[in-house]
Amino acid sequence: MSEVESAIDADLIGWRARLADNDLFHAFIHSPTAIVSTIVTLLICLGALFAPWVAPHDPFDLASVDLMDSLLPPPWMDGGSFSFLLGTDDQGRDVFSAILYGSRISILVGFLSVIFAAAIGVVVGLVAGYAGGLVDAILMRIADVQLSFPAILIALLIDGVLRGILPRGDYDQIAVYVLVLSIGLSFWVQYARTVRSSVMIERTKEYVQASQVIGLPTRTILFRHIMPNVLGPVLVIATIQLALAIITEATLSFLGVGVPPTSPSLGTLIRVGNDYLFSGEWWITIFPGLALVILVLAINLLGDWLRDALNPRLR
Amino acid sequence: MTVLLALDGLRVEFPSRRGDVVAAKNITLELNAGEILGVVGESGAGKSTIGNAAMGLLERPGRVAGGTVTLEGRRIDNLPPEAMRQLRGARIAMIFQDPLTSLDPLRTIAEQLVTTIRTHLPVGEAEARRRALHLMEQVGIPDPAVRIDHYPHQFSGGMRQRVVIALALCAEPQVIIADEPTTALDVSIQAQILDLLRRLVKDSGAGMIIITHDMGVIAEVADRVAVMYRGDVVETGPTAKILGDPDHAYTRSLISAVPRPDVKLERFPLVEHIESAGPRRDLDLKTHWLGQRRDYQEVDGPLLAVEGLQMLFRTGSLFGGGRHEVRAVDGVSFDIRKGETFGLVGESGSGKSTIARLITGIYRPTGGAIRFAGTDLTTLRSRTALNRHRRQMQMIFQDPYSSVNPRMIVRDIVAEPIRFHKLAGSEAETRRIVADLLDHVGLGARAALKYPHEFSGGQRQRISIARALATRPRFLICDEPTSALDVSIQAQVLNLLKDLQDELGLTMLFISHDLPVIRQMCDRVAVMRRGQIMEIAETEALFERPQHEYTRHLLDLMPKMVKAGDERRTAAG
Repeated sequence: MSEVESAIDADLIGWRARLADNDLFHAFIHSPTAIVSTIVTLLICLGALFAPWVAPHDPFDLASVDLMDSLLPPPWMDGGSFSFLLGTDDQGRDVFSAILYGSRISILVGFLSVIFAAAIGVVVGLVAGYAGGLVDAILMRIADVQLSFPAILIALLIDGVLRGILPRGDYDQIAVYVLVLSIGLSFWVQYARTVRSSVMIERTKEYVQASQVIGLPTRTILFRHIMPNVLGPVLVIATIQLALAIITEATLSFLGVGVPPTSPSLGTLIRVGNDYLFSGEWWITIFPGLALVILVLAINLLGDWLRDALNPRLR
Repeated sequence: MTVLLALDGLRVEFPSRRGDVVAAKNITLELNAGEILGVVGESGAGKSTIGNAAMGLLERPGRVAGGTVTLEGRRIDNLPPEAMRQLRGARIAMIFQDPLTSLDPLRTIAEQLVTTIRTHLPVGEAEARRRALHLMEQVGIPDPAVRIDHYPHQFSGGMRQRVVIALALCAEPQVIIADEPTTALDVSIQAQILDLLRRLVKDSGAGMIIITHDMGVIAEVADRVAVMYRGDVVETGPTAKILGDPDHAYTRSLISAVPRPDVKLERFPLVEHIESAGPRRDLDLKTHWLGQRRDYQEVDGPLLAVEGLQMLFRTGSLFGGGRHEVRAVDGVSFDIRKGETFGLVGESGSGKSTIARLITGIYRPTGGAIRFAGTDLTTLRSRTALNRHRRQMQMIFQDPYSSVNPRMIVRDIVAEPIRFHKLAGSEAETRRIVADLLDHVGLGARAALKYPHEFSGGQRQRISIARALATRPRFLICDEPTSALDVSIQAQVLNLLKDLQDELGLTMLFISHDLPVIRQMCDRVAVMRRGQIMEIAETEALFERPQHEYTRHLLDLMPKMVKAGDERRTAAG
């Protein structure tokens, strides 16, 4: 046993060497795109996470908002002030702070809906791919039907039904979760299909048969043995879909079926600012729009890089 | 004799960020007109690399770092890619291992042959087609006038390899490099293809390099042999000399590790110069964990009795279109006595592996009975009852690269059956048992914390064996356990299996397509063909006095390398 324990110590010392030896890490530090997009994504995420400390103003604290400051342009234009870095909106709220707070909601919805979709998709894919036959056929036909509804349509449907059922105040409180539900429901199919095809390959491998010979129950084989071997592509899809989910949320909020203006996301900010675009106060909508584009672009680039790095055929 | 192809001091490097890998160190070889030069070696010896280097087909980032390649007196290793492309196919051609992937599935044979001919020779469409027909006749494809318009999928594996050979011959090249040309084929087809290659070289006066890991292939076709070991040619000479009386120690031990078809040995002689396995300690079953709680009911009569076993696979879609049945196992009966090794031998598709999967319960049979220790497993429905029997039988698989989960460390792989069947009292005890098992199969206890990819094929097969032993089985099924391994590693693994059988009193079902291996391992053998058993006999009786015609046919196809060596020895003496 002492030999094994000293091996554990050696392993702990060696993690740095192994990280340097790791192919993915190596590919990462040699790709400027990956590094820049990671830094940008991290900056925006951290800014959003620590918004209450980073933001110069609290745009939702009615006591600190002054209507006298409304519609101020950014500081480099006439009438601008350096206390409002990107100008203010019609309520006198600081646009920069609103973007930081708004990214919070956007990123939260993005992450939650991707996790929700991945959870459904991976389980459906595992079951369909492993069971095969009738179960597979039924699950995949459901997926096909699901795929024929655009995400926005599903969101509008759920939104409409819930708005009809719930009183207005209650609905605003759960608006974020409705978004997560509707985006998640329309995104799970891609995970299911990818996982299913990987499972169909893994299922015939001998380590799965070895587990069957040991007598392991099916769910142990599925979740302990097969799942870790099919998660690589899921990570790639999740990254790319995170960007898609953020855009979908923005679209829904822009259309007015997303989060309420009292706790705005980037999409809500763009919608509110849109009304002022033609009266000259372009900064109210352009800056949240830019923030959205930069965030989505960075995540997408990261996802593309990850896909290439994990796919040995493209290397 | 004219030298067609000469490698002089060839050095091939594959730069990587972990340092340059030298695949070929200092290779000097000559290929004469009208001869077949065999290049033999184990995996990683660099034999494919020199073929690719000669063709200018090194995979990136590999490069020729030194030495020269001369084709018909002209140096070609420094030619620009375009000039090299024109030579390839015209003067020097290649035949690859896998006939399935070296043909374009979307184009007919005629299209592929005609395009290739017209790329290299200044002939018209009609003339090219006439030549194509002639080529197909030459490589022994029956009815070429009809077959030429078929697609690759309409040909069997052996016929496809003939088409690949015809493609290589299109421009009448002077040098043909065949890289493992028969490895993907069954023995009966292998013999035909080797005959064909032999005849083509004799007729055309071209030179051929055959790259292979298989001493049997070398014995069948090669005039001269170059033996490669870790990027070096250690020995070159006439085939009979190399096989019968080699000079180099590596060649000697490599040849002695090839399973002998003619006589059964107690243990394989071990090869020097190979990865070392840790020393094994003898174990005393009375005190060792593997001997504890072997609470099986003893049986009189056979441990396993298979009666009229049948397995139908139904294919077809959900809505019933295109359904048909495949009889993978068709009324098979045999007994396996306690403590013996029972062999199942047959060509691919004969149903051997299906039988293993039926016995272990991976598949459910469509008919017949499997009696293990007196209980008919096909009648058991409850999971607990089945698991009690499953614990007593374990299986070792063919492919060491897929039979262990790549995402788990070795300790968890080997401990899984112990944890699942609750064979150990505590986690500490489990770890001690795993360390002991790993030690016992020659991997050493330190292997427990590594991942499978850190091990070679032979070492992974040892992991697989340790996992199979972890349930303390009394019946072990080995499904082609060494067919993916080099001969030297095969000798080690087979010796390990024999040692374990002696120590633990295991009963074994040993499945293989390789008759010499069967002869070395088994007490009794069943010969299978198309889901049915042709003949069951004691091993020695089967090899000396085969009763069934199919058995005789299989035995005829066994490589005759030892005979070639013996003839040479008598001639010298």
